[in-house]
Parts: sequence; C-alpha cells; structure tokens
Amino acid sequence: MSKQADSLQIANVSRRRFLKGMAGAGALVLAVRWTPSFAQDQEKAYGADAMPNGWVDDPNVFISIDPDGTVTVTNHRAEMGQGIRTSLVMVVADELGADWDRVRVEQAEGNEKKYGNQNTDGSRSMRHWFEPMRRAGAAARTMLEQAAAQQWSVPVSECKAGVHTVVHQPSGRALGFGDLAEAAAQLPVPERSTLQLKPASEWRYIGKNSGPQPDGKIGQRPLAIDGEEIVEGRAVYGADVRLDGMLYAVIARPPVYGAKLGSFDDSKALKVPGVVKVVTVGGQPIAFNPLGGVAVVAENTWAAIAGRNALSIQWDNSTAGDNASYDSIAYRKKLEQTAKSPGKVIREKGDAEAALADADRRVEATYYMPHLAQAPMEPPVAIARIVDGKAEIWGPVQNPQATRDTVAGRLGMDPAKVTVNVTLLGGGFGRKSKPDFVVEAADLSRQFGGRPVRVQWTREDDLHHSYFHAVSLDHLEAGLDGEGRPLAWRHRTLSPSIGSLFGPDPKHKGEFELGMGFSTMPFDIPAIRLENPEASAHVRIGWYRAVYNLPHAFAIQSFASEMAAAAGRDHRDYLLELLGPARKIDPRDFGDSWNYDENPQLYPIDIGRMRAVVEKATEAAGWGREMPKGRGLGLAVHHSFVAYTAVVLDVEVTDAGDVIVHNADMAFDCGPQVNPDRIRSQLEGACVMGIGIGLHSEISAENGRIQQDNFHQYQIPRMSHAPRNIRVHLINGGFDEPLGGVGEPGMPPVAPALCNAIFAATGKRIRRLPVGDQLRS
Amino acid sequence: MSTINTTINGKSEAIQDVDPSTPLLWVLRDHLGLVGTKYGCGIAQCGACTVHIDGSPVRSCSTPVSAAQGKSVTTIEGLAVNVGALTAVQQAWVEHDVPQCGYCQAGQIMSATALLKANPNPSDADIDAAMSGNFCRCGTYPRIRAAIHSAAKAQRGEKA
Ligand code: FES
Ligand code: FES
Repeated sequence: MSKQADSLQIANVSRRRFLKGMAGAGALVLAVRWTPSFAQDQEKAYGADAMPNGWVDDPNVFISIDPDGTVTVTNHRAEMGQGIRTSLVMVVADELGADWDRVRVEQAEGNEKKYGNQNTDGSRSMRHWFEPMRRAGAAARTMLEQAAAQQWSVPVSECKAGVHTVVHQPSGRALGFGDLAEAAAQLPVPERSTLQLKPASEWRYIGKNSGPQPDGKIGQRPLAIDGEEIVEGRAVYGADVRLDGMLYAVIARPPVYGAKLGSFDDSKALKVPGVVKVVTVGGQPIAFNPLGGVAVVAENTWAAIAGRNALSIQWDNSTAGDNASYDSIAYRKKLEQTAKSPGKVIREKGDAEAALADADRRVEATYYMPHLAQAPMEPPVAIARIVDGKAEIWGPVQNPQATRDTVAGRLGMDPAKVTVNVTLLGGGFGRKSKPDFVVEAADLSRQFGGRPVRVQWTREDDLHHSYFHAVSLDHLEAGLDGEGRPLAWRHRTLSPSIGSLFGPDPKHKGEFELGMGFSTMPFDIPAIRLENPEASAHVRIGWYRAVYNLPHAFAIQSFASEMAAAAGRDHRDYLLELLGPARKIDPRDFGDSWNYDENPQLYPIDIGRMRAVVEKATEAAGWGREMPKGRGLGLAVHHSFVAYTAVVLDVEVTDAGDVIVHNADMAFDCGPQVNPDRIRSQLEGACVMGIGIGLHSEISAENGRIQQDNFHQYQIPRMSHAPRNIRVHLINGGFDEPLGGVGEPGMPPVAPALCNAIFAATGKRIRRLPVGDQLRS
Repeated sequence: MSTINTTINGKSEAIQDVDPSTPLLWVLRDHLGLVGTKYGCGIAQCGACTVHIDGSPVRSCSTPVSAAQGKSVTTIEGLAVNVGALTAVQQAWVEHDVPQCGYCQAGQIMSATALLKANPNPSDADIDAAMSGNFCRCGTYPRIRAAIHSAAKAQRGEKA
C-alpha cells in the first residue's frame, strides 16, 4: 500500500538468540527490519520513515512460537489505555492464523535499534505499524506452511495454514503450529515480494468488533488482552514493581520554574520513623531533565511523604528571571493587549485587511484556554537500580528510548548499559513521554550505591510540576457581506511554544504547532490572514493529548458558530458552506510541510471527509429539531492527526447555571478501523476529557507557583459529568485509505461543541475556558 | 509501635512495625505487597485506593491502618475466590472492555461491588451518586455505567 511497505525486510534471527533470557523464548523468532531503499534517499521521509530510528537502525518486531503452540508477540509500543497491546498483537495473530486463546503478549524493553521507533505519542502506533506487523505474521505463516510441506514431502502450494494448524488440503492431514515451529525456524525467511497478505475477507480479528455493540449484538473480536489481569488487580503498573532492598523517595522540587535550591533544614524530616536519609538531586530546567530539589529517601512511601512534609526549604528564585512573578491572569490580559496588534504572518490569501474594512458586518471575538495538566491517574513513578555498571529502570514511559538516552546521559553511561523495562502506564496523555521522573530515580540509585530506589510523585507533585499545556489566546475577526457570507478571516494566535522547553524561548509557535489546525484552517474564504504574535513561556510547557489542536479548534469552531449567528444562519449549514465543496488540499499550499509527518499526497486535508463527519454527526443527533427550554445542540468539526472528527453535544443549562451534557454524537473517520471497539472507547474517553477541558479544568499560577494542589482544586470529569450516551459513529473505514490517528483526534472538537451548545441553549457565549461558574447567576 | 490484628482477603494478619496512623493504602502496598490498590491523590478525592472494610467501601489513602484493627479488609486481589474466577462485576467489566489504562479500575470495581451489594438494581442516578468519587482520567464512565447495569442483571439471575 504505502511505499514504506516496499522497504520491509524480514530476517530470521532465531539462531542469533535475540530472545536469550526472555521468558518463553520459542523456536521460531522473526525480526522485521524496516530500511528505506537508497532510491528514496532523495525524497523526504514520511510516516515511520521520518521517526528517529524508524529507518536508520533495526526496527524489529518479534514473533515466537513454542513447541506447545503458544504464540508470543512482542509489543514494542507503550500501553497507556489506547489498547495497542491488544490491537497490534491482533494484527499479527490474524495474518499468522493464530488462535487468540493461544497468543500472549510480551512487552519490549526500550531499544529502538532493535525494535524501531517506540516513542508512543502523536497517535502513530497503528498507522506506522499495521503494515510491518501484518508482514511479520504473513512471513511466519509461510514458513510454517513450508515446514509442513517438507514434513509431508508435498508441494507447499497444497499446504495452507488454518487456525493454529497447517492442513494438507488434498489429504486433510494437519499439523499444529507448535509441531512445526522448530522445523520452520530452520527455514530461510521468504522474500518480502513473495509474501501473500491475507485478503480482508479472511481476517478473523482485524476490523472486527468485540464486546456488546451499540446494536445489542456481541462482537466476535477478542477482548482486551490485559482485561482480566486489570480487573483482578494483577496488572503491573510503574509503582507496582517491587525489588529487594528497595528504597522509597519523594522529592521537593522548586515551585517556580527555573528556581534552584537555596538552603534547607532536614532535622525534622530525619526524625520521621522510616526516613533513611535526605539528599539533593541536581536539576536543570530544560528538556527531559529533572527540576532538581531535595529527596527524602525512606523505607516506605508513607515515611518518605511524611519526611518531605517535615522539610523546611528556602528556594532561590534568582535563576528564575520573571518566572517568579508569573501570574496567569495578568498574563492573559497581556496577551489580550498583544493580540490587538499584528504579529508574524503565517499565511495570507487576498487582502484580508481591506476586505475586513469593506465588509457589511464584522464579527470579532477573543478566546482563551488556560494551562492544563495531563494528570494521568497514575502519577509519575519510576524505579532504578545500578548493578555492575549497568542501570536497570522500570517505569511507565511513553518514550523508552528517550528515557534510556536521558538516563544514560545523567549517569555518564553508554545507553547500551541502560535497560528500560516498560510497565503498563496508568494513563499518559503526553506527560509520560518526558522521563524527568525516571532520571530522578536513576540519580538517587547512584547516590545509594546502586540500591533500587523508587521515586513516587504525589498528586501535588504531578500538578505543580507537569509539562503544562500552554495557555492560548486566539483573536479572530471576520467580515461578512450583506447576505452574511464570509469575505475575510483574520486569526491571531498567541501561545508559548514547546520550543521553549528545548532551548532559548522562540516566542513564536513552530511549524508543527501552527500545523495543528491553525495554518491548516480549511475554510473556503476569499481573504485570509493568519498571524502569530509573540508569547513567552513562564512555566514548563509540554504536550498534552491533541496539543495545540485544542485551542485552535476551540477558537475556530466557536467563531464559525458566532459567524453563523451573526449571519442569522443555521450553524451546520453555515459550517458546510465555510468548508466549501469536497476537495483535497495539499497542506503545503497552506505553508504546512509538517502534516503530522505524513506524506501530503497520501494524506491531504480532505474536505469531503470533513463534510461527511459533519453530516453524519448532525444527522445522528437529530440536528434542527425543536429543543426544550434551556437545552441546545452544539456542533464542531476538526481535522487532526490525519483523521476527521465532528461532535454534536446535547446540553442543558439549568436555572442554577449547571451544565448537563445529556448526549454526544461523534462521527469519526480515521480511515481503516483495525480495532473498531477500541477506537470507539478512545473517542468516548476523548469526549469525557474534552468536556472536562470545557467545564472545569484549569491550572493557574501566582508568583510563579501553580495554585492547584490536588483534585479538589484541579477538577477533572466525574461519572456525573459524562454524557449518559456517547454514540460514536465510525465512518469510511475502507482499507484502501491510509490509516489515520485515533488516540488524540477525538479531543479538539469537544470543548467548542460544548460552548456552541451552551450558546444554543442560553444565548450566552463562553469565550474563556473553563466554563466554571460563568453561567451562574 | 503496636501490632494491628486484622483480616485481609480472608487471611489473618498481625501487622507490626508500622505507625498506627499510617494510611492503610501504604501498608497494603509497601508492607504487604498488595499493589492492586492504587494511589491517585492521597486525599480521598479520586477513589483509586478504594477497599472494603467489613464490606463497606473506604478510601484507604485516608484511613489509618489502625481502623482495620479487628476488622476484615477486602482488596481487589481478594474479590474473586481465586484467580480466574471473576465476580459478576469483574466479568461485566471484562465483557464491556471497560478498562482503558486500567489504573482506576480496581477502585471502580470495589465501589461498584459495594453499590450492588447495597442496591441490587441501581438507577442511573444511584450510579452517579455511588460512583462520583471514583475518577477515571481515561473517561470510561459510559462503560462503567453499562457494566454495572449488566452485573446487576447477572447478579439478579437475569440474562445480561
Ligand atoms: S488515592 Fe485515595 S482517594 Fe485518591
Ligand atoms: S481506565 Fe485509565 S484512569 Fe480509568
């Protein structure tokens, strides 16, 4: 399908003992290596080819089959709730012909030379790995068929793999995968060009549903591979790893970004029973390094927490510059002022200023989205030990190779001497792609002679020292003609850049940040001007599920609704007109050559697909029907992570100003749907998290300190905030389209749909998130 | 430091060398190695640490271990009689593919189990009331609700 597939090589590595030391090492071991051919050197790399170690080194995916028939698939992507351990294994099992009940999954350690890129973010796992995993499965199946043919001395064309067996079709003889594994392992791996992938009609798992379906039927696909262990409390997350002689550490970090340790008094902390020692941890407020601070190291977690509470610390803000006076309310006001003047021009079409000046009517609005913390349910936690000059890590990390490299840098070790064991993640959302917390554990283990140390972040630590979603202010103006049709659109977006984390603050968003729905704004309007005035960072900024798509979609989709209202038009009809006719836009025509690192020819911005999700979501929600008093439908659509989402929320605002989201209709088009039920659950989760962003969640700062200590102040959605019905409508889904992202693209349209519904219900326009108590009388 | 005599998952335990004010959560996790019960907030907000004491749900992060003296504590590990023999609630959770990351689910299941014991046929409003102290950052609430209704039916002997 894609050109990447052409470059797939498969090597039999069983004799090289790649699985040495791994539990359940089987006879047949396959490695998939993904190397671009030289002919493509001239071209820009896309997709997995563009990822670090995606093509330079040895990306390997393993299958092993034990003599007893157990098939073990190594999953090299981080599992944080998106279900990748199930979905990728399902792909292999299907191509192989394995019986799901005899398939197990093994989690790969961090090693990109061996496995290929493992950085699990950007909604990339399935879209980058579907093809290689299929081919790995197909190659193994072919070898099993060849082994059977040899055993029976018959032509291989007469042997066909069924479910966990190979059958000699003329005679009906059969041998199990386990019986054939050893012989198959002796065979050369078939040429890639000879591999026969199964037609979709033969798939048993891919594209099939599991569990109870919206139509009441029970799906056929296997259930989540970790489901039982999770419900029995046996699944192992970061904090659940226990090593002999392990110490427990809790760290006090500087409350102001860039501040350092002044002096401290640990005499009270040392009196807490169970506290072993108090030490300092060096820090540097850049990239994935820890922030530094004072660590209380104890015999158990509670002693470490109590010890930390007993510390008395003077922080030195002299290195923090104006971060020490950062006040997020004052900062918002400053951005509002800055937004009144032109900024760096990002995209221009026609003469927007002249068109605005000539317009019959002007619409103008300013939107604000605050800082957010990812707040995964499992706060950051990691365990490290150092034995014989080798470090071993256990942790819930989204980016195991970056973890390995950063730990190695800190310890002054060759990365080859650092082993990163990836546990299950109790949620990630971008927070756990930054391994600062792992480096802390490694540093402390070194300070304790290599003894195992677990660093546990409390919820307070997590909220105070997140890599925060940047605040964002978006100012929009539109000019309409006498009929209400759009003539001009001007959008200024202001937000600190993630670039501030990695070097001098660029003060402007980078191409990938702008490409998240800002520069790629798809409306068909005669004159467009997009600007990005300056904004600097004062806290640690990082990515949060869907990243800058969140504020861009909030502003653009709210404003489209405001324009429709100003024009006296139905929002859906007006939105479809703004989108214009079905067409495919090359994002480079908008100045975006990033395009989520995907080939713009394979992945254009497809307005037809955008229209289709709008039409589906509105139709399913009964758009246009009469709504009871205080209740309204709100709509938004967004393209992100090369997928398309439209949301309609059915919202009630009570007399007291409480918001109840009754129903959600989400239409989603991510191209092929490998694991439809898991896609549905990701969209459900995005809906709930998006409602939280709309209604409650806000991180604020005063004097450089984060003001939210725990969940009583940083509100995340509860059961009662979730819609009673979230109906996810998966459309398109043909395997002739390239795969899109799933984990993130559900998020961006939710908050604007919520605010548009509030407007429909009450006539009140929410432009500053969260809604909070803005609707209370 | 005194000894705390308690029953945990049906087994009597004499817990020694622990300050009686230590939260039960950390005794379960660090001292007894029962790590199925999770830490999420430490201040009785999120429900990740929910266990049963004499059948009632409590937030173990904010319950001193001394409160377990002479009582019977059940954690997620002790809910099913043995590994693989899931309760109706656990079974419904698996069938509805409720967990995403799964980290909150031990607490959710403990709360749901207590709810169904007290109220074998909960309404949606009952579910909201009983489950609103259990956060799920992954947003699995619609499936939790559906699974509770299924488990309630199964426990009443109706077809789910
Ligand atoms: S950890 Fe106990 S309620 Fe959150
Ligand atoms: S399943 Fe992830 S927090 Fe609930």
